[in-house]
Amino acid sequence: MKELILCKYGEIALKGLNKSNFESVLCKNVKRRLQSLGQFSVTRAQSTVYVEPLEEGIDMDEAVERLKKVFGIAKLTRALEVEKSMDAILNDTMDYLALAFDGYRTFKVNAKRADKKFPVKSPEICSELGHKILEQFPEMKVDVHDPDVTVTVEIREKHAFVNALRIDGAGGIPVGTGGRGMLLLSGGIDSPVAGYMIAKRGVQVQAIHFEAPPYTSERARLKVEKLASEIAEYCGDIFFHCVPFTEIQETIRDQCPEELFTIIMRRLMMEIAQRISAKEDCAALITGESLGQVASQTMYAMVCTDAACRMPVLRPCIGLDKSEIVEISRKIGTFETSILPYEDCCTVFTPKHPKTRPLLDDVEKAQNSFDFDPLIQKAVEETTVKLIKKFV
Amino acid sequence: MIYLDNAATTRPCRESVEAVMQGLEQFGNPSSLHGLGLRAEQLREKAREQVAHALGALPEEIFFTSCATESSNTAIFGVSKSVGKRKKRIITTSVEHPSVAVCINTLEEQGFEVIRLRPDENGEISADDIISAVDDNTCLVSCMLVNNETGTVFPVGAAFKAIKKNFPQTITHCDCVQGFLKRSVRVKDLSADIISLSAHKIHGPKGIGAIFIRKGVHIPAFILGGGQEKGFRSGTESVPLIMGFGAACEKYSGAIAERYAKMSELKKYFCELCQKADGVFVNSREDASPYIVSISVKGLKSEPLLHFLEQREIYVSSGSACSKGKKSTVISEFHVPSELADSVLRISFSGENTREDIDALMAAISEAQNTLAKLRK
Repeated sequence: MKELILCKYGEIALKGLNKSNFESVLCKNVKRRLQSLGQFSVTRAQSTVYVEPLEEGIDMDEAVERLKKVFGIAKLTRALEVEKSMDAILNDTMDYLALAFDGYRTFKVNAKRADKKFPVKSPEICSELGHKILEQFPEMKVDVHDPDVTVTVEIREKHAFVNALRIDGAGGIPVGTGGRGMLLLSGGIDSPVAGYMIAKRGVQVQAIHFEAPPYTSERARLKVEKLASEIAEYCGDIFFHCVPFTEIQETIRDQCPEELFTIIMRRLMMEIAQRISAKEDCAALITGESLGQVASQTMYAMVCTDAACRMPVLRPCIGLDKSEIVEISRKIGTFETSILPYEDCCTVFTPKHPKTRPLLDDVEKAQNSFDFDPLIQKAVEETTVKLIKKFV
Repeated sequence: MIYLDNAATTRPCRESVEAVMQGLEQFGNPSSLHGLGLRAEQLREKAREQVAHALGALPEEIFFTSCATESSNTAIFGVSKSVGKRKKRIITTSVEHPSVAVCINTLEEQGFEVIRLRPDENGEISADDIISAVDDNTCLVSCMLVNNETGTVFPVGAAFKAIKKNFPQTITHCDCVQGFLKRSVRVKDLSADIISLSAHKIHGPKGIGAIFIRKGVHIPAFILGGGQEKGFRSGTESVPLIMGFGAACEKYSGAIAERYAKMSELKKYFCELCQKADGVFVNSREDASPYIVSISVKGLKSEPLLHFLEQREIYVSSGSACSKGKKSTVISEFHVPSELADSVLRISFSGENTREDIDALMAAISEAQNTLAKLRK
């Protein structure tokens, strides 16, 4: 039984003249994602990417799992390749259809004859296969208007394809078509979700993490790297920048009023992230902030943070409740890692009573009372970077 | 490197490493009928004698397991299915290691009545407390010899002796992991029916432990299969690790008192320095095991302090699974004040440690007090 996977575009089918750009990036992403599984042919026609294994014994279940996480694909179908004869279409497809019908009640058959030389015409293909199905699966009923399962038969140049198993894809638009962004990745629940959401809109995500040994441990950093590799299943390979932040945090503690620690810390993080973004050609920052979730995420706090930013800050979780963010993090598989209990740099220096309505003037005055620039410069210089690859 | 986390694990001694290597090379399966199998069996039996000797037990009273956790699981669930069929009361302490505590919690959910004795304000549980908790309906008394977080020594021998006299059917179990070969542990003195032991706390390899079961005491097997260890613990024996365990027992079963005296000296030195130091409090009792000292450095959180020390290649433990506000229940059971409970470090010694190690530790703690961010009141 030879299978291939048909990937239907989502939104990019609606694009205009630059559609082929989106398509070629999508194909490239598909190829890269499948590379380590074996040889595939990846071709596109009529808003569909055809993924065909070129070797025996390729793990097609795993291929589908990976493709379900490629942005730009709305629906996937596992299609069965059969000999181009009515006999094969009627007889070699029943095991495959048994899987597709499992749990469903109604169906219809569609036929497409790309090869017009095929002796049987489309309506006849439909009716013959339909009869065979009713005979083989007595529990299934025909419903041509709103079927649970649509069985499609395509007669192509060399083979016939039958498909019925439809799987939801990741949606969105292909990563790499929307520029680059720098994700502030903390180790919590929200920031990986934010990275996922922005990558879904075509942005190639890099990650920046602030570590503060000894307040944070090696395990905490490995946890964040693990999160990066988990979202890499969706985002593709991720450059992971790790900023040594201890000295800055200790200086804030010594030099600034306690209730403004967090807000000043965030402003300095933004500053460092921007300097690294400039080097990496990232056009925006991405954070997991959700309005009002904690003191540093009130609107007033964001006014103070954004005043330190020269580039847009994308906050895709801004209007989501915690429970909604958790739901996404469970879906993309980062939740279990996010809740591992290591200290991260945000929790050690948390003031008891942070200001929820900081005034920009006060914050700037407090921050300007000390020249942080040399420390920022040093942190940027000492930042390490590594490429996190998911599928190698 | 200064390693002060010997209650977590110890560096395997040379003899143990060599024994493991020899066991790997002598790769026969002790169950095989041929000569290779026989060689392996003989090596395994030699190790069994070494472990038995170190404990003052008979070789046939020693069964090898994968770790002390398995030993305690075997003991507790085993008793619940033997004597526990008729008697439904279990006596234990509130400060047991999770490998005991969690098993007993499970039995409680299954309907056993559990009495958890709590240390008094001095951190003590008296033999009388344990003895008087036992009644005719008690199937099991499980009490550790040395507490793994504070080093507190419980009067297991005195308690178990009286219990066995009054209620011979009640099974006594002792988790001896932190006491074995660190103080004199003889089955006769302990009056324990079942004892859990681990190799890697006594400079042996990880992945191997033992359970002592007094002759005449019967509990069902925990792992079934090919009938190894006289049908009590199935699964092909890890002869290399067993040999490593045996070698460590052999090496450390002598001179226990001398090492104990050296450790006491070291602990005394350490505690005196702590008393002199500002903001450093010793949580362990004076009469606790000298191998484990729990301290608190006021105002510093355990985890950053631990990593601060780690940066200076000094390895200790936070002594409690305290993280994100979750405090060790054991530490609070020992009445460590709550403002110190977040700041607990467990320093645990081995014979390899010296006064210089302690000096380095104290210097690093003092450096941390000057530089590390303090906890807010």
